[in-house]
Amino acid sequence: MDPTAAKYIGAGIACIGMGGAGVGVGIIFGNYLAAALRNPSAAQGQFGNLIFGFAITEALGIFSLLIALLLLFGL
Amino acid sequence: MTVDPIHQFAIQDLVPIITIGRHHFALTNSALFMFLIVILVSALLIGATLPRAVVPGRLQSVAEMSYEFVANTVRSTAGTEGMKFFPFVFTLFMFILFANLIGLIPYSFTVTSQLIITASLALLVFFIVVIYGFWRNGLGFLKLFVPKGVPIYILPAIVVIEVLSFISRPISHSVRLFANMLAGHITLQVFAGFIIMLAGFGVAGWFGAALPLILVIMLTALEFLVAFLQAYVFAILTCIYLNDAIHPGH
Repeated sequence: MDPTAAKYIGAGIACIGMGGAGVGVGIIFGNYLAAALRNPSAAQGQFGNLIFGFAITEALGIFSLLIALLLLFGL
Repeated sequence: MTVDPIHQFAIQDLVPIITIGRHHFALTNSALFMFLIVILVSALLIGATLPRAVVPGRLQSVAEMSYEFVANTVRSTAGTEGMKFFPFVFTLFMFILFANLIGLIPYSFTVTSQLIITASLALLVFFIVVIYGFWRNGLGFLKLFVPKGVPIYILPAIVVIEVLSFISRPISHSVRLFANMLAGHITLQVFAGFIIMLAGFGVAGWFGAALPLILVIMLTALEFLVAFLQAYVFAILTCIYLNDAIHPGH
């Protein structure tokens, strides 16, 4: 296979990992919203935890995006 | 018409200063923008709070609100003992926030899209946590890696996982900010490239170009949110890591 083609295919495959991060972030925000509607007065206190969980989950998706970017532009 | 989306992150020498051996020292566009950020943040915070009005004006409100916002974050995540690190966290937050926001101005340079900058900041946080943790708790800091209430037969595995996750903290801490900024700016550039390509097709292309134009406007709004959110995430993670140094027991 042409190495350039393999590079682009690899970058595309690497981006699949972001789908998992998307699911995770959706679960976090969806559950936060569901809980916040049940008990709105407690919602503000959990905002820090929400952002923390979001950041940790998002980082994994960002890693796979980074691999894709490295394949496209870096290597 | 090709658009190179990675070109905007190139570091260029503006004023060469000195060359020692193979190492070139120069004022780069990155350094220039860092000076600009420091001047802007200082001007905002010092200039806005000079009047010391009881009823704050607009600028003074901005300065006071950002102060209160970060102070509340530090107090709620790291406790009142963590407030001695408030100046550090506030400096980090304002620097990253202004770096992200200034980077959104077209033709400017995003300092936080350079991995070396974010890695330096993350390693600074990491070493402050390690050194302060050992200085304050002595060897008790190692309790951080031994959670309470874990059955003895899975404890060795847990300790290994905890140590690994502690060591990988500066990596995820720095790469998160860097990759968010990099990916956001590349996305904006690629969609802006679509506008130019479609507009090149004549009148029909102009109508077609309206779609990516609307998308770029919405993406820019999203990038402003991301710029603020990533600065906040960096600050709150710093607070959480500092909390580990102050209270190492789980």
